Amino acid sequence: MNISIVLIVLLVGAIATYVSGNKLASKIALLTSIAAFGATLYALNAFNGGENLDVNTIWINRPAVNFALHVDGLSMAMLLLTTGLLPLIIASGFVTKFENEKAIYALMLFMGFAMAGTFLAADGFLYYIFWEIALIPIYFIALKWGNGDIEARKKAILKFFIYTFAGSLFMLLAFIYLYTKGGSFDINKLYALQLNSTEKTYIFFAFFLAYAIKIPVVPFHTWQANTYSKAPGVGTMLLSGIMLKMGLYSVLRWQLPLSDSAAKEYMPIIVALSIAGIIYGAVVTLKQKNIKKLLAYSSLSHVGLIAAGLYSLTIEGFQGAVLQMLSHGLVIVGLFYVVELIYNRYHTYEIKEMGGIRIQDTYFASLFMIIMLASVALPTTFNFIGEFNLLYSLFKVNMWYAIIAGTTIILGAFYMLRMFQKVMLGGETKSFQKISKQESIVLVIIVVVTIFFGLFPQPIIDLIEPSLQSILTQIK
Amino acid sequence: MNTTILLLLFAPLVGFLINIFFGKSLGKTVSGVIGTATVFISFLCTLCLFSQINSGAETIKFHLADWFTVGSIKVNFSFLLDQLSVLWLLFVTGIGTLIHLYSISYMHDDENMHKFFSYLNLFVFFMIALVAGSNLLIMFIGWEGVGLCSYLLIGFWYKNQDYNDAAKKAFIMNRIGDLGFLIGIFILGYTFNTLEFLEIKSLLGKDVISPSLLSIAALCLFIGACGKSAQLPLSTWLPDAMAGPTPVSALIHAATMVTAGIFMVTRMNFLFDLTPDVQNVIAIVGTITAVVAASIGLVQNDIKKVLAYSTVSQLGLMFLALGLGAYEVAVFHVITHAFFKACLFLGSGSVIHALHGEQDMRNMGGLRKVMPITFWTMMISTLAISGIFPFSGFWSKDEILMTAFHANIPLWVIGSIASIMTAFYMFRLMYLTFFNDFRGTEEQKHHLHESPALITVPLIILGTLAAVGGVISLPGNSWLNHYMAPLFAHKAHGEHHLDSQAYMLMAIATIGALVGIGIAYSMYLKKKQVPVADNEVQGLHKVLSNKYYLDEIYMAIIVKPLYAISTFAKNFIEKYLSKTVFGFGSATYALSIQGKRIQNGNIGVYLFAFILGICGFLIYLFNIRN
Repeated sequence: MNISIVLIVLLVGAIATYVSGNKLASKIALLTSIAAFGATLYALNAFNGGENLDVNTIWINRPAVNFALHVDGLSMAMLLLTTGLLPLIIASGFVTKFENEKAIYALMLFMGFAMAGTFLAADGFLYYIFWEIALIPIYFIALKWGNGDIEARKKAILKFFIYTFAGSLFMLLAFIYLYTKGGSFDINKLYALQLNSTEKTYIFFAFFLAYAIKIPVVPFHTWQANTYSKAPGVGTMLLSGIMLKMGLYSVLRWQLPLSDSAAKEYMPIIVALSIAGIIYGAVVTLKQKNIKKLLAYSSLSHVGLIAAGLYSLTIEGFQGAVLQMLSHGLVIVGLFYVVELIYNRYHTYEIKEMGGIRIQDTYFASLFMIIMLASVALPTTFNFIGEFNLLYSLFKVNMWYAIIAGTTIILGAFYMLRMFQKVMLGGETKSFQKISKQESIVLVIIVVVTIFFGLFPQPIIDLIEPSLQSILTQIK
Repeated sequence: MNTTILLLLFAPLVGFLINIFFGKSLGKTVSGVIGTATVFISFLCTLCLFSQINSGAETIKFHLADWFTVGSIKVNFSFLLDQLSVLWLLFVTGIGTLIHLYSISYMHDDENMHKFFSYLNLFVFFMIALVAGSNLLIMFIGWEGVGLCSYLLIGFWYKNQDYNDAAKKAFIMNRIGDLGFLIGIFILGYTFNTLEFLEIKSLLGKDVISPSLLSIAALCLFIGACGKSAQLPLSTWLPDAMAGPTPVSALIHAATMVTAGIFMVTRMNFLFDLTPDVQNVIAIVGTITAVVAASIGLVQNDIKKVLAYSTVSQLGLMFLALGLGAYEVAVFHVITHAFFKACLFLGSGSVIHALHGEQDMRNMGGLRKVMPITFWTMMISTLAISGIFPFSGFWSKDEILMTAFHANIPLWVIGSIASIMTAFYMFRLMYLTFFNDFRGTEEQKHHLHESPALITVPLIILGTLAAVGGVISLPGNSWLNHYMAPLFAHKAHGEHHLDSQAYMLMAIATIGALVGIGIAYSMYLKKKQVPVADNEVQGLHKVLSNKYYLDEIYMAIIVKPLYAISTFAKNFIEKYLSKTVFGFGSATYALSIQGKRIQNGNIGVYLFAFILGICGFLIYLFNIRN
């Protein structure tokens, strides 16, 4: 077998979902995503058994572009994240009644397809195509099914689209330049190019612009909060759970190995910038009144830490970054799902209009609390493992980096507990209909997986470590 | 052996799981019994291990499972059962059992009793992990875990937002300390490539490590200890934590969790021994905390607040001992304090129970006759904490002060002042609560009663221990020092000879305590004074009532500015940034409108531009030729 099967399942599923009509669409979509996850697990098993799952066929002759997919531990982990979260995100859609269901579920699967492709592509051109087409479904999802006034929404989504697209053009330029040097987009040939340090600096910053906007790194984050709050719940989950990781993953896969000396040279500045982003994100989060924006800014703070770990160029930083991408993906999807459940009952995202929910639905409150505690990286949750690695990697670079970045564990607890108190605690104010068994399944899965990998993270570490080591060797 | 350890570790976790999932359907009594029984099982297992260790058995290292690797550091779920951890577990699970038992009666009217027991069980589980862990990260799991349970239990009555504020404050202030702890872990992990206590201990002896780095590590760990054990400047959460149900105050915020900082320093004694500068910091912070908290305790009117400040103050004395390197002395005081302070809190709970939730001592009085068991057990504990011969606190506090006297006279003086204050405010509490006439409502008076056996039996057991607990470490003949000797590098400090100087110090301490008691006696028993209403408080008294305005200061210099910056960033920076970024877009748009104007279809303009272009090109060529 080869890994393209996962992509095929997603693409065919997307078409089938659209064709099957509004009545069946959600079910077909869920089945497809579960099938894709199953295929991924099967591939994981084969990969662990030493089987080669790569694909490499000629796609376009001139310029020489190959349909090349490569599987290593890193892309396997990202693929697991994508196909693992997709069923959860699709199932979270079930609590909302969408117009034209066949279109939105098809777009969700199509987006999953594009993102999975981004994580697997081993050809620069192919990678760029996957990277860009992932934008299209989310653009339509946010535009057609989003919240609030249509004009304001249009504006916000268009800004997001153009901004990220503009950033990516610099990456395209970098790829074209590299192609003129070596005559190939093949990742290994690109790795092998001999570039001088000026070239590497240009490459480094061209990629950086694309990724800094996508991740986003402060101050390139201005699209994020607005887009998150305007997109529908499932769109926000796709963006924050998976798409946000495309930029982080690409730093590891493309930017750092292709611009090694520049990466080393600018490491202290970029790490410092990322750390500033952690603190800035946390501080802005504190006083947010809209819960979706609050979570958007908390994400900004969290990815700042991940980015800092990546740019620290240490194995602990790489490991922590990948672990945190996975755990953050799970937890942020859970949190945005919680928000949707509340929204379905209260029809608002304003925190001040919530409160007194725990007393009415303790089961829901417990699940929410565990996910909230995971997001503040309590030990024995998956997030702790990643955060510990990340902070340790920063400590290895510079003790002050770890101390300043470490304030995130204080500020994070501050804004999350504050939010939880306002949203959930206190006496009953508005009646809250208890969440049903079906509604709770997604949360239960997230809680179980988060605690499970908090206790047994080693299989994932073993999966990703060799590939991260080889990337590190490539840089050093 | 392995079964014993597994039972010890996991029985409370099983209790937690049963209660959280099935507690409601099992009914209140059953869930209470399950909660109590699981902790009791842990206690029995500990007892079993203790008897082995006490008779000279080897330290037990128990490897449960691998956890994860960070770079080249391996972190495992492994446990170390030695003299220190087993002793600590003994009183954690022992007192834990009594307080669980007490709670069956105390919490019986609460509809969420099963939740209460599940949280309490979870707390015991994490506390066991904290104490029994064989490396810094297992300790850290327990450390944060007990913090979580503390958060859940302070905010147990979550309808009340003030309680939720207290819970949140406790969690966040602890997290400040936890960051210190974490950095300490990083330094040690980076330096030694391991987080195991015993490995670090042996490597510390061998390698040459920069002393300044070790000092920073020790200081960071101590910051963690400050958070958990409520030492200045991270002390203000503990008094607020009294919002939780009283059994929680007794178990978590007096006897066990808050002593975790002392445990940690004792566990890492080999590190602190090498960093005398940090030891000095610890001694000074501890002493200042002891006297500051005691002075605030002088004027509190809420019975639980008095006890809370007393706890902070007593913890300060323990840190004083730690700072002087007298680990076994600190441990001795931890144990006696656990007995008498748990008893005092449970006693205050009994009083509050009888008065249907009243906590203000100004509305109490005269309870001695209706609540004799509560009164006598609390009286014994009060005598113990005040340092009256021969009760347990006399011996342990005396050891601390004696050690301080030999090391540093000013510390001894300040510590003694704190002790005199302690005697005063504790007797003030007793007189106001139990003597003179009852000052509450007629309705309350009518319902006054002694508490049921589930409440009084734990009181009697703890009261007895508070009375005789001192026997474990009598001067000149200390079982405790002998037992703990393998843990420490130096000769025990506690082995003071009973010479004339020692007798003199004991006499001074006793006279001091009697002076404190005497003042309380004349003010509150003889003159029957009742503390004035809050708004009539003036001068120094007002400063003390307001806890030196520490909360207000933190609010003004930390929380408020943080909120202000947050609002500023949210409303200003974000908007401005967004405008700047999208300004590029608008600029392009504007430019294109201008560009559109040039292409207006007028041939004359195009021709003009064309000629202009050619001229420019010619000039350019001409210049290059030259």
